Amino acid sequence: MRRPRENGIDQYVLERRFMLSLVFIAVLSFVLFVRVAYLQIAQYDRFELLSQENHIDRIPLEPVRGLILDRNEEILAHNVQVFNLEILPDRVPDMDRYLQELSHLVEFTREDMKELKTALKSRPSFERQTLKTNLTDEQVAVFSVNQHRFPGVELKVGFQRDYPYGDLTAHIVGYVGRISPDDRELVNEQGEYDGISHIGKIGIESQYEKILKGDPGHSQVEMNAHGRIVRHLKQDLPNSGQTLHLGLDIMLQKESMAALEGYEGAVVAIEPATGEVLALASAPTYDPNLFVNGISQTRYAQLNTSELKPLFNRSIYGQYAPGSTIKGFVSLVGLEHGLEHTREVFCPGWYSLPNNNRQYRCWRRSGHGLIDGYGAIERSCDVYYYDLAVRLGIDRLQEGLMRFGFGQKTGIDLQGERSGLMPGMEWKQKSHNQPWYPGDTVNSGIGQGYMLMTPVQLASVTAILANRGVAITPHLLRLTENPVRQLPESTIVTEQKQIQLQQEEFYDQVIESMRRVVHGFNGTAKGIRTGMLYEMAGKTGTAQVVGIPQGQKYEEENIPKKYRDHALFVGFAPLDDPKIAIAVIVENGGSGGKVAAPIARRLIDYYLLERLGLFVPGVEVLPTGQI
Amino acid sequence: MDTEQKSALSTLDYPLLTGILLVCSLGLITLYSASGENVDMLIRHSGRLAIAFILMYIVSHIQISMLSNMSLYLYSVGIVLLIVVLIFGSIGKGAQRWIDFGFLRFQPSEIMKITVPMMAAWIMTHNPVMSRRARILLAVLSIVVPCVLIILQPDLGTALLIAASGSIVIFLAGIRWKTILALLVAGALSAPLVWGMVLYDYQKERILTMLDPWSDPLGAGYHAVQSMIAIGSGGITGKGWLSGTQSRLEFIPERSTDFIFSVMGEEFGLWGFILLMLIYLLLVVRGFWIGISVQDTYSKLLAGGLSFTFFAYVFVNIGMVSGILPVVGVPLPFISYGGTSMVTLMVGFGILMSMSKRIKSY
Repeated sequence: MRRPRENGIDQYVLERRFMLSLVFIAVLSFVLFVRVAYLQIAQYDRFELLSQENHIDRIPLEPVRGLILDRNEEILAHNVQVFNLEILPDRVPDMDRYLQELSHLVEFTREDMKELKTALKSRPSFERQTLKTNLTDEQVAVFSVNQHRFPGVELKVGFQRDYPYGDLTAHIVGYVGRISPDDRELVNEQGEYDGISHIGKIGIESQYEKILKGDPGHSQVEMNAHGRIVRHLKQDLPNSGQTLHLGLDIMLQKESMAALEGYEGAVVAIEPATGEVLALASAPTYDPNLFVNGISQTRYAQLNTSELKPLFNRSIYGQYAPGSTIKGFVSLVGLEHGLEHTREVFCPGWYSLPNNNRQYRCWRRSGHGLIDGYGAIERSCDVYYYDLAVRLGIDRLQEGLMRFGFGQKTGIDLQGERSGLMPGMEWKQKSHNQPWYPGDTVNSGIGQGYMLMTPVQLASVTAILANRGVAITPHLLRLTENPVRQLPESTIVTEQKQIQLQQEEFYDQVIESMRRVVHGFNGTAKGIRTGMLYEMAGKTGTAQVVGIPQGQKYEEENIPKKYRDHALFVGFAPLDDPKIAIAVIVENGGSGGKVAAPIARRLIDYYLLERLGLFVPGVEVLPTGQI
Repeated sequence: MDTEQKSALSTLDYPLLTGILLVCSLGLITLYSASGENVDMLIRHSGRLAIAFILMYIVSHIQISMLSNMSLYLYSVGIVLLIVVLIFGSIGKGAQRWIDFGFLRFQPSEIMKITVPMMAAWIMTHNPVMSRRARILLAVLSIVVPCVLIILQPDLGTALLIAASGSIVIFLAGIRWKTILALLVAGALSAPLVWGMVLYDYQKERILTMLDPWSDPLGAGYHAVQSMIAIGSGGITGKGWLSGTQSRLEFIPERSTDFIFSVMGEEFGLWGFILLMLIYLLLVVRGFWIGISVQDTYSKLLAGGLSFTFFAYVFVNIGMVSGILPVVGVPLPFISYGGTSMVTLMVGFGILMSMSKRIKSY
């Protein structure tokens, strides 16, 4: 059979090849059909979801952090409007050029740059990064004009935590800082921190983080591929954090810091009836505003390595030998064990244990002669208390003082409070692997040796005296308020308990003795009573920092400052209706009566007269007591 | 002579014309949505269509015998232009595909989509002196040379289409299966060579991304992934005209040009795809019918080559947009925004109509 051919091409084969090609085309078309049907039918649910996720976004709405106010509604922490520059890294074509040009417009320091670059490396590129916070008005204007040159960089209005009183409240209110990897544990809770960039790091900000931060809201938006919001679909609004009212009186706090000017030390003032902390000063201090957006390495190193330890909150972390300030309490323990206040002891200027010739000196080298409990407190006789401590024995002394809270945390609402130390036999065996020597008991009688207390502990035990036995828990937070409803949500009531003694009068006897410290003719703090319009009780303390060798005299001028005695004073006023209990510690300040007591006087005066408006000027309380 | 006087429009092949008009209408509707309801773009697109239709009408009057005689010259001019472009390209920066006459810019590689099947058909039919084996080798060479020149530009998509258009001509010409097998093996063996020495990194990346676009959904795989999301989320019935979120909110890159099918897929769903494919297949089958019906072998081969090239456009475009082929930059015929390929396509259909006219005149 002959096939038709043209130019050597078999026409029959050609026709068959056309048919084959058509079959090939049909197969390829079917492949396309299967592929598209697979995407649109089998994978429909998946791609439908992906397309939703693509353009529907849930944007967290940052809640307003709760305000922190003082007892007179003065603002201690609030949120101020600031302009921040934010960058969407995956929308930026040339990061280096951007940073180069932006640095001319809005000023970056080299550190800002470095920080941003590490952030860019460690975070996914679709995550927003803050380029610069807190732009000045001028920078805002300059950037706005040039914004078109920087797609992917946005000017955002935000709120930034601000502490109007700055360093005055640093050790109380603390500060917030950017959420760091260390905070993740707290932050990882489901959506609790959506849209929130800062977290309380220290102080009240950290203590009450949970109620301050508020609950984030969410806005469901439709977005285009460039991240621009096309429309809002629905919104649930954020809930603002609670407003915190502190018991603090910022004016008294200011006065306290002013009184401590030039010293390292602490003042804690408490309202005895409630336990509300009126002032909690630790000097020197620092500006918490520096920490809000991340403090620079060098600034932080400066603060952290300074010998004055400005970051160290002495009022709750600082542990000091309480010295003579505890003598009233030792007396109370003695009274409980039948050692009457009127019992007399002879003070020759020194004390020694039986069968031991080591001499324990009284601060007054010539001695106090025959002296009873009243006089021993008024004149701060050491020998009386050496004797009393030895008579009691360390076990009874330890147990008795611990009833008042010695060696235990007060429970103030600030993190990191130290417990101080009330030493005893068991403790010494455990920590020093040594037996308790009788000499240790002697030293404990005057608050020296191993005994340690924090300023807040001192103020707290002083408040017990002021309350004649009612122990309070010192606390900063007074009440919380829901900012939306403007209603007080709840008043903070802390635990109060009566420390019951065998006789009520024991308190009166000690308080009367402490009244004489200020108002008596021989009182160690009699220097502060001039012009005083009220009666108060107090006790001075001068705590040794280093031991003085036997037979040597302490001479302030010859000792380097850091080895000088700490000056202490505790007290409360007015005597009959105490409004304020106070503890003052001046590190290496020397004599408690000369340095710490005048600070207490100044602050009590300021609080009672200026702040509470009590007492009419001109009526002076005359000195009374035995000569 | 009588027939030509009857009507100026009698040269047109109505099934082809109907199919083209249907596709163009579908294209305008989709482009309106894809462009974000940009009327200016629609007007420009329509203008280009009008020019292309006029060109098609003119081409439909050219005698096939004349075209056949011009095959070698047109092909040679095309090759020269490709070399010129490459030289200018190496002087200028990056990829260079265009020749700019000031009033007119065009891509020489586009001409090759017509001239390569012409050349292959001409070699296979007009060299009785040569042995069959020599003819086949020459035809293969006439395909490989422009392909390599175009890959060097680099324009993988066009090279692919040209290779398809030439190969189908050789296939139709009835070369033995043994030879086909040998050519395929040779091609497969030279593939690693092409991969290692010819392909640019971005082309390699594209091919690798095709294998797993989800490996880098925000980077190299972005086009493919977003396009698949668009098509898949369209479902069977589609999200409706002007309601595709992927396209309206600009998640699909190149949604008016190469990726316009993902807009169709999203808004018109599987039904839209079936309708579009049916029209395309109508055009292809009609082209094949012309190839089978026309008398001379040159016309047969050329008709088959042009029709298959047209189908290759469709297959490669939808294949890449739906994620089974690499993103090589091939437009969807008559629907993608842009003039160059439209002109080539219309010239191709003009040639088919010229053939169809001769069938009628029998």
